[in-house]
Amino acid sequence: MTHPIPPGTRDVLPDEMVELRRIENALHEVFSERGYGEVRTPTIEYDEVLARGDVAGARTAYRVIDEAGELLALRSDMTVPIARLVGHRYATETPPFRIHYIGNAFRAVRPQGGQMREFRQAGVELIGPDAPGGTVEVIEVLAAALDAVGLDRAVIGLGDADLFRQLLDQLGVSDAARDRILDRLVAHDLVAIEAEAGDLDGLADSDRAAIAALANLRGGAEVIERAGEIGGAAVETAIARIAMTYEALEERGVADRVQLDLGLLRDLGYYSGAILEVYDPALGHVLGGGGRYDGLLGRFGRDLPAAGFALYLERLHIAQSEENRLAEQRQPPGGAGASSSRAQSEPSR
Amino acid sequence: MTSRALQRVRPVDAGGPLTLALPRGALYGEALDLLDRAGFDSSEPRGPSRALTFELDGLTLVTMRPSDVPTYVEAGAADLGITGKDVLAEQHDRAVYELADLGFGFCRMVVAAPEQQEPLEAIERRLGVMRIATKYPRIAEGHFEATGRQAEIVEVKGSVELAPLTGLADGIVDLVATGRTLEENGLEIREEILACTARLVANRVAHKLRVDELDAMVERLRAAAPASRP
Repeated sequence: MTHPIPPGTRDVLPDEMVELRRIENALHEVFSERGYGEVRTPTIEYDEVLARGDVAGARTAYRVIDEAGELLALRSDMTVPIARLVGHRYATETPPFRIHYIGNAFRAVRPQGGQMREFRQAGVELIGPDAPGGTVEVIEVLAAALDAVGLDRAVIGLGDADLFRQLLDQLGVSDAARDRILDRLVAHDLVAIEAEAGDLDGLADSDRAAIAALANLRGGAEVIERAGEIGGAAVETAIARIAMTYEALEERGVADRVQLDLGLLRDLGYYSGAILEVYDPALGHVLGGGGRYDGLLGRFGRDLPAAGFALYLERLHIAQSEENRLAEQRQPPGGAGASSSRAQSEPSR
Repeated sequence: MTSRALQRVRPVDAGGPLTLALPRGALYGEALDLLDRAGFDSSEPRGPSRALTFELDGLTLVTMRPSDVPTYVEAGAADLGITGKDVLAEQHDRAVYELADLGFGFCRMVVAAPEQQEPLEAIERRLGVMRIATKYPRIAEGHFEATGRQAEIVEVKGSVELAPLTGLADGIVDLVATGRTLEENGLEIREEILACTARLVANRVAHKLRVDELDAMVERLRAAAPASRP
């Protein structure tokens, strides 16, 4: 007889656990040596407290009422609980605060859709430093974390939560039409953006084309120049911030890990500036994400700028296994020049 | 389970050409016409072979049910895919990039009901709810919710037109190309929900990591697409 577990949850058995633990240890080490202290917060919190975070894109999966009649929720991300923690436990301390975590969160994703309802995340929050300095530090930590688990081919996508809104403002696209375009951008629907732009009144054809083209513009440093060519003066204010961040990344020597992505938006309502996503060529799914959320801490009583990222541990594991397999295919077993960073995550070889 | 399923997924950089998921079904012929116009040789996938994958010069085809295309593309099992807007709207939570309107396979998603029957609103007033049969439960639910009406959605898999004829439902939500099937079954269009054409979609990671190849392929297919009907 089998006793089932809820859909979207899973058991981890020893073989896999060894590898997952190795990844967690590697991340823990990277975060710790850069001064990010580890915290653990309750898995379950007051629903009303978590709701202050506005996590529209990370819907709460499980709510329960306790014996006192209080509505509780299993957290759907780790950033909101940490914003609460900082507002409460570091109410008077002087920033910056560097925090890291490894823990489980729960989301109301469709069963059988290929995503788990319970998943494990590892990440950092840097609270205090403003853009671009704070953003750059977080990206450096992220790049180091990816290297530490052998994903040295992974790419960090960098977008900006306000870029498209500003661009549309500059072009005189307002209110409802602007919100519809931003909404379609979150949904990755470039066809609808082209159609919406085509329906806009009083816009030059070149501006309509620019809206569609900029939503799809991604790449290296050349993107900044290209955006200017496509969008003219209207684009300059909008891309100023992302250009500044990229320049700072170049100075720190991590720009080659970063892909500029003007159309990148995430559906977590608390993002304010930079937006991050992580991709590895070995996996078709996004490995994690993050960005700036300068307005979030204020909702919990400490109005401080902040940035961070979270990586999905199960996906990191799959990408790592796949990268190892590909590396073996590329190099005959025992051949010279095995990748050193990959070797770190494969001590058995 | 999920992680195992993901593990088998072909990596984005498996090497070789991009992979395109093609819908076997009403759009298949026109999708192959599009590939021909774009300079690919579609004679093999057109032939009698029962193979599911085909290697063209510069493009790998994987063929499947139209409603499976978003699933394969979301997971990265295909870099690109062609499927109808109806499928994408029904599976709107699949995280794929919708890159181009390919201009063929024009259809409309409509609400239809028996010709002589009273307006659906009258039924809703009298009975408190109208019963709607459909193969597209999420589109139907969204439409009635957005227009502030209560509908009991009955999901069916086969010919939806049968539902109102047999009293299973008061009306249907379905995809209509010419309207002949509706007509022959004594149904008429009452409302239009969405105009649908074939769309080109892309995997999120492929969209970021194979930028030049992917953009070039999108341009090539877009240039070969017929102008979309209004």
